[in-house]
Amino acid sequence: MIALLLRDLRLATRAGGGFGLSLTFFLILVTLVPFGVGPEGGRLATIAPGILWVGALLASLLSLDRLFALDHEDGTLEQLATAPLPLEAVVAMKAIAHWLTTGLPLALIAPLLGVLLHLPGAAMPWLALSLALGTPALSMIGAFGAGLTVGLKRGGLLLSLLVLPLYVPTLIFGAEVARRGAEGAATGTPMAFLGAITLGTLALLPYATAAAIRVNLR
Amino acid sequence: MDLIVTELSVARGGIAILAGLGFSVTAGNALVLRGPNGIGKTTVLRTIAGLQPALTGRVAPGPDQIAWSGHADAVKATLTVRENLAFWAAIYGAGDVEPALADLHLIELADRPAQTLSAGQKRRLGLARLLLSDRPVWVLDEPTVSLDAATVAHFATLLARHLGQGGAALLTSHVDLGLHGAQELDLSPYRARGAAHMQASPAGFDEAFL
Repeated sequence: MIALLLRDLRLATRAGGGFGLSLTFFLILVTLVPFGVGPEGGRLATIAPGILWVGALLASLLSLDRLFALDHEDGTLEQLATAPLPLEAVVAMKAIAHWLTTGLPLALIAPLLGVLLHLPGAAMPWLALSLALGTPALSMIGAFGAGLTVGLKRGGLLLSLLVLPLYVPTLIFGAEVARRGAEGAATGTPMAFLGAITLGTLALLPYATAAAIRVNLR
Repeated sequence: MDLIVTELSVARGGIAILAGLGFSVTAGNALVLRGPNGIGKTTVLRTIAGLQPALTGRVAPGPDQIAWSGHADAVKATLTVRENLAFWAAIYGAGDVEPALADLHLIELADRPAQTLSAGQKRRLGLARLLLSDRPVWVLDEPTVSLDAATVAHFATLLARHLGQGGAALLTSHVDLGLHGAQELDLSPYRARGAAHMQASPAGFDEAFL
């Protein structure tokens, strides 16, 4: 299992692996927003938690369509399905690798980019914390969408349509944590919901995804 | 280990294409499936490897005893030959990849990225994975595609070695591997009713979907 995780991380960092793609997209989005809504600090600070969360969500979506599709194209997925490793573990490992190469870097860099959006200093730790807690759910839900669309040529659009509605609860509670943090209010409730969503998806979706892949491999 | 298939019916795209298929391959033997394009050779092999469910019938042993090799080589272009193989060695719990590299003459290519390999070299890398899997029954779909004559003969000796160690093999191949005592099975008599009808009216029949 660790071998699969290491292989995916290695593939992501090699040429054409897509590591940095999400991060660059996130960076570009956040620098473009002030141009769009104007440089007024107060207004930017109000929308900053939402912008950063929507940005993180779209950035993690960007590299999802290749999660299983590349392995499907070159026959690796068939080999993994017949390997001694349970397919559920394969799914979980690939989702973790996706999170380590997209979600985690986003959570680390987000406070830095928050400065560009005049996010108050008190909100920075809450933003990073909410992203660190919420992005694993984004990767796991995304893996589920990727598993459902794995056999389809050019399934990217369908993947986005399937996955984005499922991202909504994570987005709501994640942005709420960052917003309340910015205002100095209690963040316990949205944080608890965010954690519950992440744990729930991590517990259930590997099984659903593995089942979807088995059907798509037929 | 013996491979025993009884009363197997398989479907492709929801249509039954072969029915009532039964055979056994005893330890130390190989069976080559024959038949025209589209009859369902690959579908039979995929069903036996556990990649798709059978309509009816039984296959013993289960998929955890079967090493599968399909049309695709499952080679990652940006990893080196050794990294590719080391990954599968870790998955199968095999130790050293060097014997497998040596068996398929991949030693001098070991540190090259797999994207620089030729089709035949990639196939050799795909076949090297079989040696790592340590599973008694090999199910091989066209294992010799894009191999030159010398490598085909060399692969036949590797296959014979596997059989000599008590393994069994089920394969499809359009070239003669020159295996001593390999049996052949023609799939034509097992064609399912619906499939026979499709074959009789080739107009509008697209064998690309089989």
